[in-house]
Amino acid sequence: MTGVRVLVGTRKGGFVLTSDGKRKNWKVDGPHFGGWEIYHMKGSPVDPNRIYASQSNSWFGQIMPRSDDGGKTWETVGNEFAYEGSVGTHLWYDDTQHPWEFARVWHLEPSLSDPDTVYAGVEDAAMFKTTDGGKTWQELSGLRLHPSGPTWQPGAGGLGLHTILIDPTNEQRMYVAISAAGAFRTEDGGTTWQPINQGLHSDFIPDPNAETGHCVHRIAMHPSRPNVLFMQKHWDVMRSDDSGTSWHEVSGNLPTDFGFPIAVHAHEPETVYVVPIKSDSEHYPPEGKLRVYRSRGGGNEWEALTNGLPQSDCYVNILREAMSVDTLDDCGVYFGTTGGQVYASTDGGDHWEAIVRDLPAVLSVEAQVLP
Amino acid sequence: MIRVILPYHLRTLAGTGREVQLDVAGPATQRSILDALEAAYPPLRGAVRDPVTGKRRDLMRFFAQGKDYTLLGPDDPLPDAVASGAEPLQIVGAIAGG
Repeated sequence: MTGVRVLVGTRKGGFVLTSDGKRKNWKVDGPHFGGWEIYHMKGSPVDPNRIYASQSNSWFGQIMPRSDDGGKTWETVGNEFAYEGSVGTHLWYDDTQHPWEFARVWHLEPSLSDPDTVYAGVEDAAMFKTTDGGKTWQELSGLRLHPSGPTWQPGAGGLGLHTILIDPTNEQRMYVAISAAGAFRTEDGGTTWQPINQGLHSDFIPDPNAETGHCVHRIAMHPSRPNVLFMQKHWDVMRSDDSGTSWHEVSGNLPTDFGFPIAVHAHEPETVYVVPIKSDSEHYPPEGKLRVYRSRGGGNEWEALTNGLPQSDCYVNILREAMSVDTLDDCGVYFGTTGGQVYASTDGGDHWEAIVRDLPAVLSVEAQVLP
Repeated sequence: MIRVILPYHLRTLAGTGREVQLDVAGPATQRSILDALEAAYPPLRGAVRDPVTGKRRDLMRFFAQGKDYTLLGPDDPLPDAVASGAEPLQIVGAIAGG
């Protein structure tokens, strides 16, 4: 019978949640890598049992575990992330120049066609690629060496490359997002990149309409329509219908358009999910009510989804990597909170249930459908 | 034979106990001991010092016989007691964080 596996990265370890296709009863396995920060875990689309994890902490740096059996056992692969050529500098918080320094891997994006090929988004912002299952990593330095690179400035959480989207119709085309440099697109597999931030407006930077410098929190795409992108920005929910070349705002009737994650329904390319957060200064849901908002029309008109979610005294955050969908019918939607709950809906968001509670703060959630 | 005491996370990473014993080529220095440690336990590569630059991680300290040898140069000799195996070199993760 078809099953679902949900990979949960937390501040203090990784957890693997599994269920059959009904998604009612969940087994919690973990913590794996107890005590370590697990920024992200993700499985290969062509071999779901091949899972990569980003394991790090402030003492011992970056470790890169890989599993070939669906997360039951792990082996350590390569953790050498060397910037290519001249390292150079970027803007620091105080507007001085600061050398590029590798801190950790924020995001792992396995290739759509080869389980040994994975892209890694790292802090300080750069993109790396492995073609040998994680043993060695090479920088795709055209991104970091973009002429705008020296002007990139970290967001509050660091200068992290946190989003990587691969166009399923053309794997040479990829989109990335960096806090707080903005969104970029490559058409040649990562050799060259161009900023795609036209239409973004950020009042908190010197030129609100600058080509780069926008704090993009997350981008989402439906695989059947890779030219349409949805973005949760620091403030504003945005949409592009031309592969990111231009953007327009679709925040519409959201109670606040600040937030971190954004996701698209697995079978309805115009159905989009966000979790509004009160403000950039107060990272919790407005009015203490945890509400996912769903638009069935690609933005602008949003409905609050509350059934099964706490509607009083809730002050958790939902981080950018902590929302995912499965591809079962009905579509499953999952998100994790900084309070340690992972909520799931098996009907596209109409009803929610906590499938695990009291984990460490959740950093990332990835759902996999198993054959 | 040189003895090294590992902090908890490095023990679990290496799949070993509190103390490991290493054959170290040449004089006992931070560099030679870490080279031997990483060779014997490849998952530890990069955990005590940056795998690219070789620089000691900021929160890693080295103690022996109750003294802090962290700020010795990487090629400076460690005490004879460490070189002979009479006393262990202790790798300590600084107390920090939450």
